Amino acid sequence: MTPTNRSWIPSTFNFVLLFVVWLLLTNSFTIGNILLATFLAWGIPFLISGLQSETSRVKKPLKAAQYLFILLWDIIISNVVVARQVLGNTHHLQPGFLAIPLDLTDPLPITLLASTISLTPGTVSTEVSVDLKTLYVHALNVDDEQILIASIKQRYESRLKEIFGC
Amino acid sequence: MIILEYLTVIFLLIGGFFLLVGSIGLFRLPDFYMRLHAPTKASTLGIGSILVASIIFYSFKGDGVSIKEFLITLFMFLTAPITAHMLSKAALHVRQPPRPDTLNIDQLENIRDRK
Amino acid sequence: MLENTVLAVSAAIGVSLLLNLWRFMKGPHMLDRILALDTMYINAIALIVLLGIYMGSPLYYEGALLIAMLGFVSTSAVCKFILRGDIIE
Repeated sequence: MTPTNRSWIPSTFNFVLLFVVWLLLTNSFTIGNILLATFLAWGIPFLISGLQSETSRVKKPLKAAQYLFILLWDIIISNVVVARQVLGNTHHLQPGFLAIPLDLTDPLPITLLASTISLTPGTVSTEVSVDLKTLYVHALNVDDEQILIASIKQRYESRLKEIFGC
Repeated sequence: MIILEYLTVIFLLIGGFFLLVGSIGLFRLPDFYMRLHAPTKASTLGIGSILVASIIFYSFKGDGVSIKEFLITLFMFLTAPITAHMLSKAALHVRQPPRPDTLNIDQLENIRDRK
Repeated sequence: MLENTVLAVSAAIGVSLLLNLWRFMKGPHMLDRILALDTMYINAIALIVLLGIYMGSPLYYEGALLIAMLGFVSTSAVCKFILRGDIIE
């Protein structure tokens, strides 16, 4: 891990995140509190900037917002599917381990992809190979291995690739 | 007002249903890897739905819009996949046996081997 | 109507907690017990939020947030213990 240069200006994302979280936690919108939030949102990234390592940044924020909504919709759909499988006859389910070859190379997009897979239709990410080339996934019900892998790659991975521009 | 109350009721019912489904899944699915699916998905959506109901409830009660609960929802959605990932890693590490008819079961040692 | 719904949903969560407790007692492996405990944390958060709605007081929110954080940290700590045999190396 290489430490980055200490910069006096935090990244926009960190600033906005800390600002909003502080306002939500205290739930008061007076001028004094907003000033305090600004100070904290500037001070905390400055203090911890020595700890952070270089990661890839979001290149297309609009696409990221769109991705969030797609994810939310898929979470709802996946829950209805899983609910039906759980309440139905569990002996007809065909569980399986899948190996998904990764096109992504950076740790952050891979983490996001693994989290996405854990939250959506009948799949939980189990392990990433050491060379970061394969993601192993456990699926609750596999109809066709290749179709499932292709749908994950096309629906989530290609979008993440576009967002991070790698 | 009455519409907001109905909305609260609907979200509460959805949340309760999914929390129950998650626990039933934990109760009756046959092997550990399959049991992992139910709580990570169903319970996360269930708690999210109940928190949305709580947001709507406190908003129509009159103390202004309260969206603090949104923070818990965000936290749950961030941590649920991480918990699931760590649990399945640990399961592979202790060689927890999956159901024998699992697809690609012969690759398990391959997946587990991280040295 | 809202009051009755809150009571009914609380009953559903009570049943969920009992099912989790059964899995917690039965196992068969330690990981199953951890998973059951993790689910119990989530159900407990829901129960506290429901209590807040029932009492009409937003004070329970902090308790729910604390349980959410403790639940995540303790689950990952126990997983780490199983993986490495140690929590802080």
